[in-house]
Amino acid sequence: MVYLTRKIEFSASHRYHNPAFSPEENSRIFGKCNNPNGHGHNYVLEVTVGGETDPATGMVLDLKELKELMEREVMERMDHRHLNHEVAELAGKIPTCENIAAVIWKLLVPKIRRGRLTRVRLWESPDLYVDCYGDGEAS
Amino acid sequence: MRLELTRRYAFNAAHRLHSPHLSDAENRRIYGKCNNPYGHGHNYVAEVTVTGPLDPATGMIAHLTELDHFVEREVIEPFDHKNLNEDLPVFRERVPTTENLCMEIFDRLRRFSGARLVRIRLEETGRNSFEYAGDLEERTP
Repeated sequence: MVYLTRKIEFSASHRYHNPAFSPEENSRIFGKCNNPNGHGHNYVLEVTVGGETDPATGMVLDLKELKELMEREVMERMDHRHLNHEVAELAGKIPTCENIAAVIWKLLVPKIRRGRLTRVRLWESPDLYVDCYGDGEAS
Repeated sequence: MRLELTRRYAFNAAHRLHSPHLSDAENRRIYGKCNNPYGHGHNYVAEVTVTGPLDPATGMIAHLTELDHFVEREVIEPFDHKNLNEDLPVFRERVPTTENLCMEIFDRLRRFSGARLVRIRLEETGRNSFEYAGDLEERTP
């Protein structure tokens, strides 16, 4: 098994707010992330695909294909967007790093045609990231 | 689908690698520069990885402020700007290699109640890192 990882960066704004909570609870639980006008991050996304190399090409998956897939599914959807208001898959969810990584996983997993999506790693900042794995996948 | 959250924490500390079970000559041969009697220091970075179900109300595995406070109390306060050999009782007996430090941090953080600790990855410098995920038999699936 060989693993291939491609990294991209996108910038987006978001706000943590649960309408079921009172304003005081929202502020206590989410702190600064509850600022009514939102805030943003430069997210770094690392997508890892594992598989056997194709003997004819020496590749697990054509990097171009992965690049185009990440561009179409992630960049076009999330780059320079407000995640609460402009990304349908996140509607009604709090756009935490966990939820965004899970949405990216679900968007990519059915579209990887060669190899298998092994890990989605989403960095929200240089000191925080979330990893998403398939069930039964060793970390 | 399984999610893990990782947070990076920095701290700086001094240590000296010297085993009381070895002769001075052996200590010098095995630990080299790290056996210098006056010690030396590193900028450590601990990557703390936790997992668990997402809280539907917050969309989070663990509340970051709770994790930050716990790590601050259990690791940063006792270790940052300290001499590991002199200031930490556990390293009076045990050589404060980064392997041992990594396991010590794991043992301190496994008591975090907000999520399940998966592993500690400890960078001693930008070029060396160590990982510990507990003993296999202790792991829950």
